[in-house]
Amino acid sequence: MAENAPPPADSGHDKLMIGQSATSIYIAHAILILGVIVVAFPIYYTFVASTHSLQTVLRPPLPLLPGPEFFNNYYEALFGGVGRIGGVPVSTLLLNTTIVALGIAIGKIIISILSAFAIVFFRFPLRMVFFWLIFITLMLPVEVRILPTYKVMVDLRMIDTYAGLIVPLIASATATLLFRQFFMTIPGELVEAARVDGAGPWRFFKDILLPLSRTNIAALFVILFIYGWTQYLWPLLVTNDNQMNTIIIAVRKMMSFADADTEWHLVMVTSIFAILPPVLVVVLMQRWFVRGLVDSEK
Amino acid sequence: MATVDLKDVRKVYPGGVEAVKGISIAIPDKALCVLVGPSGCGKSTLLRMIAGLETITSGECAFDGNVVNEIGPTDRDIAMVFQNYALYPHMTVYDNMAYGLRNRRTPKDEIDVRVKEAARILAIEPYLNRKPRQLSGGQRQRVAMGRAIVRKPQVFLFDEPLSNLDAKLRGQMRIEIKKLQQSLEVTSVYVTHDQVEAMTLGDILVVMNEGRAEQIDTPTAIYERPASVFVASFIGSPAMNLIEAKGAGAKGLEIANGQFIKPRNLAAPEANMEMLLGVRPEHLTVVEELNSDFIVEVAVVEALGADTLAHGQIVGGGPDIIVRLPGSRKVKPRERLPVAIQPAMAHLFDRKSGKRLD
Repeated sequence: MAENAPPPADSGHDKLMIGQSATSIYIAHAILILGVIVVAFPIYYTFVASTHSLQTVLRPPLPLLPGPEFFNNYYEALFGGVGRIGGVPVSTLLLNTTIVALGIAIGKIIISILSAFAIVFFRFPLRMVFFWLIFITLMLPVEVRILPTYKVMVDLRMIDTYAGLIVPLIASATATLLFRQFFMTIPGELVEAARVDGAGPWRFFKDILLPLSRTNIAALFVILFIYGWTQYLWPLLVTNDNQMNTIIIAVRKMMSFADADTEWHLVMVTSIFAILPPVLVVVLMQRWFVRGLVDSEK
Repeated sequence: MATVDLKDVRKVYPGGVEAVKGISIAIPDKALCVLVGPSGCGKSTLLRMIAGLETITSGECAFDGNVVNEIGPTDRDIAMVFQNYALYPHMTVYDNMAYGLRNRRTPKDEIDVRVKEAARILAIEPYLNRKPRQLSGGQRQRVAMGRAIVRKPQVFLFDEPLSNLDAKLRGQMRIEIKKLQQSLEVTSVYVTHDQVEAMTLGDILVVMNEGRAEQIDTPTAIYERPASVFVASFIGSPAMNLIEAKGAGAKGLEIANGQFIKPRNLAAPEANMEMLLGVRPEHLTVVEELNSDFIVEVAVVEALGADTLAHGQIVGGGPDIIVRLPGSRKVKPRERLPVAIQPAMAHLFDRKSGKRLD
């Protein structure tokens, strides 16, 4: 289990525990280790499988230690001309998925922060009607409106385009609600101070609202990036061209190729690649928004 | 530097609530006008109308004779200090003060000069690079004032700026605001519910109640001649003693226990008229029983050091009375104090209308 990092409660935490005794520490650790194994072992196993040749993977007792084919497999998956899934290398898949996930995350944040800004800080006719319209979309996720949305995409010739992959997933009531809740906690005095200071709506948004929303944006970005990254149903529908596949779709397609020829070692490599970016985003952004939470401003 | 003139200013909210019911005030140049009143009296609404943060339903608000009703807060050339400071939490103290100037495209070097000068005046120079959350309440208050000063506006507006500070700091800041306002000579409007602030700060005091100005005058004049029962009980601490009385012609006033009081400064009151006799606790003197107007039986004594407050009742089932005695005078509960109203210190009000009678 070389990969299984020591459980997080290893160092300072148990000092804080109430009624600690040797046994309770052992039990706590046993449970934690068990949890880590349950979560991490399949991932580790995927990694191990991705470092062996197809023959080794297919021969029943799969080794528990990484094999010698790491560089070959990964090179082949990334840049390989191997005729899998229509000859699309993993690098293209990664690029596609990154564009889609970033597009969804950034697009959603922009749309929702602007709509929340409008709903909270402006008095316009039918304001509440618009708010409830946005709210109602919570009950209509992509899966529910999939046929009409597909029809719209076809009519707009957005099949097999990035726009077709991104746009239908952007409109988001959850993010709008989140920003709305946050904006409503901003004291009215702050808004008025800005008005007295000569800041118009746009400047208020840019100079005050946006910096104050930093931590919210970071948290939302993490969630939405993973949401976009793991989309399955919609990309499956809206892409026909293999060049436009996202990595999740590709993994699926690799497996359904034909039972015998499924190149499991490459499937595993692709899976590892599919997991890495979300993990990276979580790890990097977590540090960022924990810092944001610690020096909570307001 | 400007005069501020309000002419019959009214504010009706969309729901039909009339928050300000027609107020006219003329604030001369360089004066500090204090709006005081209990919460919900419309004083903040009035201030916000002067600021341009609320629309004016009817009436006129003019700076230096120019009507500013339709001008937004940005262009009115005002600066406002808010109750909760309303500092931008993500900006440093320097940026907080500079923000308004930057938005007005003031040249960088001038911003720098003005911010540094304001920081010097307010003694917040060491904190210019800090964020508001790293400052204490008093320091934040100074930054909020600094933000107002750097703009060199025509009018300063203060919305209960000291209500979040502890008592000691409030006293200090009160003096500083007064000093600052005098040295900068900027016309100011100051809202508070604290009558001590109102008395000490104001050149003009406006006592407000339920959307109306009950009295507009200098603080001393208001203290000495309150125009109504409301003003009389609101200004002064402890509050003025108000005794229900009935006019009894030459005998003076008949109070609840059937006793007669004849304050020296008053002409013979109209017989059988329902009125309120007002005397401030500090205008009651303990005298020989022979010369007394009435006798107070003490119930509770508050020794404040400089003063002693004796809370009691007029003997024989009369109304509650507070007497302010010098700190040196020792009083015990149950003691009977013969007291006299100091000459010319009695106030008479009509009980029905609450208005002053003389």
